[in-house]
Amino acid sequence: MANMNKLAAQVKDLEEQLVTCIRCGMCQSVCPLFEQTRKEADVARGKLALLTGLMDNIFDDPDGVNQRLNKCLLCGSCAANCPSGVNVLEIFIKARAILTEYKGLSPAKQLIFKKMLAKPGTFDTLVAWAGKFQGLFTKPDANAQGTSCARLVSPILGNRHFLPLASVPFHKELPENGLKKQGKGLKAAIFTGCLIDKVFPNVARAGIKVLDHHGVGITIPPGQGCCGIPALASGDRDTFTKLVDHHLDLFQKEEFDVLITACATCTSTIKKLWPAVYKDPDSGIKERLDALAKKTMDINQFLVDRVAPGLGSDPVPGGGDGEIVTYHDPCHLKKSLGVSSQPRQVVMAAGKQLREMTGPDKCCGMGGSFNVYHYDLSASIGRIKQQNIAETGCTTLATGCPACMMQISDMLAKSNTGIRVRHPIELYAEALEKEQN
Amino acid sequence: MISKSVIDQFKRIVGPDNLLTEQEDMLTYSYDAAVLDAQMPGAAVIPGNTEEIEGIVKLCHENSIPLTVRGAGTNLSGGTIPERAGIVMLTGRLNKIIEINEADMYAVVQPGVVTADLAAAAQAKGLFYPPDPGSQAVSTLGGNVAENAGGLRGLKYGVTKDYVMGMRFFDAMGNYVKTGSRTVKCATGYNLAGLMVGSEGTLGVLDELTLKLIPAPRARKSMVAVYNTIEEASETVAAIIAARIIPATLEILDNFTIRAVEDFSKAGLPVDAAALLLIEVDGHPAEVEEDGEKVEALCKKLGAENIKVAQTDAERDKIWSARRSALSALAKLKPTLILEDATVPRSKIPHMVTALQKIAKKYNIAIGTFGHAGDGNLHPTILTDKRNKEEFHRVEEAIEEIFDRALSLGGTLSGEHGTGISKAPFLEKEAGYSSILFSRRLRKAMDPRNILNPGKITGVSSDG
Repeated sequence: MANMNKLAAQVKDLEEQLVTCIRCGMCQSVCPLFEQTRKEADVARGKLALLTGLMDNIFDDPDGVNQRLNKCLLCGSCAANCPSGVNVLEIFIKARAILTEYKGLSPAKQLIFKKMLAKPGTFDTLVAWAGKFQGLFTKPDANAQGTSCARLVSPILGNRHFLPLASVPFHKELPENGLKKQGKGLKAAIFTGCLIDKVFPNVARAGIKVLDHHGVGITIPPGQGCCGIPALASGDRDTFTKLVDHHLDLFQKEEFDVLITACATCTSTIKKLWPAVYKDPDSGIKERLDALAKKTMDINQFLVDRVAPGLGSDPVPGGGDGEIVTYHDPCHLKKSLGVSSQPRQVVMAAGKQLREMTGPDKCCGMGGSFNVYHYDLSASIGRIKQQNIAETGCTTLATGCPACMMQISDMLAKSNTGIRVRHPIELYAEALEKEQN
Repeated sequence: MISKSVIDQFKRIVGPDNLLTEQEDMLTYSYDAAVLDAQMPGAAVIPGNTEEIEGIVKLCHENSIPLTVRGAGTNLSGGTIPERAGIVMLTGRLNKIIEINEADMYAVVQPGVVTADLAAAAQAKGLFYPPDPGSQAVSTLGGNVAENAGGLRGLKYGVTKDYVMGMRFFDAMGNYVKTGSRTVKCATGYNLAGLMVGSEGTLGVLDELTLKLIPAPRARKSMVAVYNTIEEASETVAAIIAARIIPATLEILDNFTIRAVEDFSKAGLPVDAAALLLIEVDGHPAEVEEDGEKVEALCKKLGAENIKVAQTDAERDKIWSARRSALSALAKLKPTLILEDATVPRSKIPHMVTALQKIAKKYNIAIGTFGHAGDGNLHPTILTDKRNKEEFHRVEEAIEEIFDRALSLGGTLSGEHGTGISKAPFLEKEAGYSSILFSRRLRKAMDPRNILNPGKITGVSSDG
């Protein structure tokens, strides 16, 4: 019990944020998980009550609360719609860290986060090896989404249709000292992000092509790693802190006007969580993180707001091919950062006809590790998205987050449709290429 | 404590996945949206059909286990706070709209259907389900019926009780009771549906509801009137009603609320205004035109400094989003928010508004007042921090004085939030002892073991 007292005292640090929940229950209307289970412990109000219970020291052990706290997509739908403005995501992330620090990280997660993710070089090498051998265990589906499935019945892969690792990760295509391109105006540093580097290198190539086309100077420093969200979502604040330190130093050496990413999750992590969750508030690093957060932007938002305001409203040269495209709002773009019109404008600038689906801002069900630990629920939520996409009659689904791209590819592959999945920037780069030829 | 053998029987009725007993889950069913102490139930059961509801009620009766039914848990008077170690029955799986009958204009639903889902399904067929409580995006129809929920459209369209045509429910012994019908008229037997509406789960467990739908209005017009004194605004409310005009909605925001909303939404509200009236008239296009003009003239006559009529849907949405964000905006100011709903005859709105201002000053507490001025249902919203014991004591005293003022003006303690736990001790003030005695005897006859949501409405007493 003495230890539970200590834990209660730590959770008490969150008290001022916890008391802002007035238990109105409005989060039930938007929580994609609650829609599936209808259980109070699955929705934000229930989880906040559980944390308050932990603070009041009413439990004998923290396991039940921990388990329920981790059953969450961290999509932020609740926070975006909360009448009282409860900062739900920050509370949950901090609580996960407190609970993990109390209980210790599982051996598997220790291996993945502390030995691999925390060291970008080691992580790259391991993933490169995995990429070489992935064909032994999986077979390509030869479908529009380009997914693979397990060759044999596999307890880990299950019946997932997942996207294979790129044969060559994006960073290997760059010169050893990184990429530097002169521009005519603004200078952008690019934070690549793991999924784009290792699964969707074409998004990075497209980004460079588009920025170059608009005369934006580019710098991509070498040695980049993960933004830290997988570690943080598992409560591993140490690995998160190491990764933040690493990237802060890396980008400190560069000169740039904006830091852009094409990954909704990386953008929102850098802008929101880096400054909010970094452990040592007195080191002066917090101010540097705030400054970096201010300069960080989603690539679609950057293009439309800062570089080419007419994008998507000006007539497209050649008229475009008019393909029907529907756009999915990643939670980390729309709900966390309020970015929703700009990616659509980029899609239209690619000469596409945008057709909205029902609930474009409804979570796809990915939620990072949620997909790993609660695949059935993740897939049920994903199927709603897949049906809404299919109903539009589109031939391409565009979305600004590689994690959403993975989940939606899995769902579309399972339903055997020919709908392909692309980042808006890829569509725009394709159109520019056509125009030039 | 519920014995293990009884728990096992619940498990057999609903299946192991639909029975929750872990302490963590119990904590999440120990509260609702009312500012009251939580109570942990002993188990939560989630039935999926009529037979399972029947099994649950019978088992509770046989073992004298208290039973509280819970929809979305958005109750503001503690009606869904369970009895310690009792059973909470969740309606989450009972969420089917069984029928929408266009020819006869009614809907048949299970009690767990979300209010806004029925409204949308009706709208898709050109029909209208008017009751629109503030929590309609999450609240359930079973909960709305049990609480007799109201909403913004009360003055013209009435409240939940005006839309209940019939229902099926289990009594405390688990007998199946059918009452009302699918006809517009029905004169057989007691009006048991009328008794069940607002009974807060103390007389039976709902299984199926038949609800009236009406044709959707063809036109509507919204406007905002700005006032320099709240007295002029509240006199306008009384004058509109006296002129025999019944707007669909007629809402008031006081200066405190206006400033909170503006800070929060930057919608361009006049922060110096003492009060705003937000008005919508609807119906036949010609009627809307005429009523709209009359209302505008009345507002001017009674001192409105400025009136803005919404010309487009976007402008209309802006007006109502300002109203809808009132509670949100106030909720952000302090950790604890107490939303009261003492209600007075609508001609007494000016008196009540003045009384609220005096009470806020007297007890030195922050009260934002907004609400359904047109039907006399104001929402004085008290902002406090329940951890501050001294201030919270003043808040409790102020609430009691608000109740007294409402009653002395011929009003009621609650327009739409229900009696529950929070208002049970005050009910005698409003209704008198014999009314409570009658209710307790009724209750005892129908529920001899006192298992149905004990402690709510009629309080605890040796008579009951």
